[in-house]
Amino acid sequence: MENQFLVDSEFLSKEALEKKHLLETEPASRKNHMEYLPGMEVIESEVCGQVMAQMESFNPFTYTAADVRAALAHDTCTIEDFKALLSPAAEPFLEELAQKARIETGKHFGNTVYLFTPLYIANYCENYCVYCGFNCYNHINRMKLNMEQIEHEMKVIADSGMEEILILTGESRAKSGVEYIGEACKLARKYFRMVGLEIYPVNTEEYRYLHECGADYVTVFQETYDTEAYEKLHLFGHKRVWPYRFDAQERALRGGMRGVAFSALLGLADFRKDALASALHVYYLQRKYPHAEFSLSCPRLRPIINNDRINPLDVGEKQLCQVLCAYRIFLPFVGITVSSRESEAFRNGIVKIAATKVSAGVSTGIGDHESKYSGKQDDAAKGDEQFEINDDRNFETMYQDMAAEGLQPVLNDYVYV
Amino acid sequence: MMQNDKLVIGGHEFNSRFILGSGKYSMKLIEAAVNDAGAEMITLAVRRANTKENESIMDYIPQGVTLLPNTSGARNAEEAVRIARLARELGCGDFVKVEIMRDTKYLLPDNQETIKATEILAKEGFIVMPYMYPDLNAARDMVNAGAATIMPLASPIGSNKGLATKEFIQILIDEIELPIIVDAGVGRPSQACEAMEMGAAAIMANTALATAGNLPMMAQAFRQAIEAGREAYLAGLGRVLTRGASASDPLTGFLRD
Repeated sequence: MENQFLVDSEFLSKEALEKKHLLETEPASRKNHMEYLPGMEVIESEVCGQVMAQMESFNPFTYTAADVRAALAHDTCTIEDFKALLSPAAEPFLEELAQKARIETGKHFGNTVYLFTPLYIANYCENYCVYCGFNCYNHINRMKLNMEQIEHEMKVIADSGMEEILILTGESRAKSGVEYIGEACKLARKYFRMVGLEIYPVNTEEYRYLHECGADYVTVFQETYDTEAYEKLHLFGHKRVWPYRFDAQERALRGGMRGVAFSALLGLADFRKDALASALHVYYLQRKYPHAEFSLSCPRLRPIINNDRINPLDVGEKQLCQVLCAYRIFLPFVGITVSSRESEAFRNGIVKIAATKVSAGVSTGIGDHESKYSGKQDDAAKGDEQFEINDDRNFETMYQDMAAEGLQPVLNDYVYV
Repeated sequence: MMQNDKLVIGGHEFNSRFILGSGKYSMKLIEAAVNDAGAEMITLAVRRANTKENESIMDYIPQGVTLLPNTSGARNAEEAVRIARLARELGCGDFVKVEIMRDTKYLLPDNQETIKATEILAKEGFIVMPYMYPDLNAARDMVNAGAATIMPLASPIGSNKGLATKEFIQILIDEIELPIIVDAGVGRPSQACEAMEMGAAAIMANTALATAGNLPMMAQAFRQAIEAGREAYLAGLGRVLTRGASASDPLTGFLRD
């Protein structure tokens, strides 16, 4: 279902439908996605140019088995080596990649695995991103939790044992403004040791404010680094502005955040090029901000089931594993997070190779932790979910399963200073 | 001779010269380090101890083992000082290992900031053990700032690459009066033994054990290697000839009284 993007809701007005169709069919009706909107801070940074130059010159199909063998033999993985490891030529070497990745993970993280959970506090959104369940044309139950409801959700999660939380919103400044998010961060500091944010990109001073409210980690997914593909998928709203999104992590670091997380939604465009760009985004920013902590995530669009035609750009589990091993070998020091979109079997396997962090007790809906955690039904309104999860293990089960895999679950490795 | 050979840090005596790092801890590792490696001191990242977790590392540290809280996660002296004070509040005692990194890739220590933090914490009565890049000038500044030991790195942390900075650690051993504890990068018992032969006062290791195939066996191997290296150092190493044989007739035999 994920790849069948354009859906007309019966609840849209005639005018809304007309505008939607115009955006979908008339590229000229869409604003220039490379142009900033008023109020968006422009920072001088060379990082984008460095990443894009590498991505544009990367042809994954030119690498050979010999390039892959050489990359595997090197002690230090160069950018060229990394490209070879991402290429189709590396697919037959997946086990060798995994072996090497496991050694690197062990050197930097030992046998630890970090646990966290996301908390969606609002699902209002002003963007029309055609693949997203929260998009503004999608008829879903919209909801924004008030502070009392947020605190209740946090208590339920904290009582389950979790110590790290990732606060998420839909992308609506009007409905979930920076101050609203800041107040949620202050509450989160009461219940959790580590507070991360995955919200719409904001300016440096706003990141500084959110940091002072208690957040210390910012996740922004670029979705795709292919600007042409991005233009066709993000038709309307602030999110349409590609370069403002690209510089979000750098603004967050300048605003005093300790760490930043990155990802493309693999499968929206050429996943190998997007994987290259995601990792290089980290690589170049790390050289500029060596004190900062970095991590990569790896959401993907699943290949369409029962599709007879094999698409070389489909991201199956093997391709995802290859990307994660290549990330680990190229950037041995970065955290790698694997979300509950992936299956239990995949997550149990990948934490022994490359991943360092998994979510547990996940709900992508709004205000439904109590009913999901305790089975207790109530009459309170709930906001709809952004996407369906695959691995629905709760905190306790995940903790025990990770320990059973021979790993040491870690709930917190952080002190706010 | 070995019975009276104590490691003394800030007035506290230790029989063991193996210190366990706990960055990559598992409860199994701590057990092995204490039972099989005889460790009497275990580091504890304050950021890791900052947990409500039932299975806290502190519960697993047996009586009689000294906790050495570290300031990992600090990016400057000010943050290190705050983390050290937090450790004291958590009941971790007066020992503190100052670790300040401005680099999350190699986790190399920042000597300048470490000197500053050492001075502040020593004045507050902490027994300060600064982790540092082996630089003689910085080490002297740390001594003057009130450090209780100097902890130079052997190679990048977690790398198991051994004594990459050997020459510079030797200079510290020769010139600094405080115990020199080699920390980070020691990957094999033979490397630990070599550092001890050079005159290092103790070895700190974590990854070498945490990533070993058989933890208890590796812990024992480290214990034996460290003890052997220490005995060799105390015994006085025999000379090592770099080339040829030694002339049996002295070269200066022709000189008359």
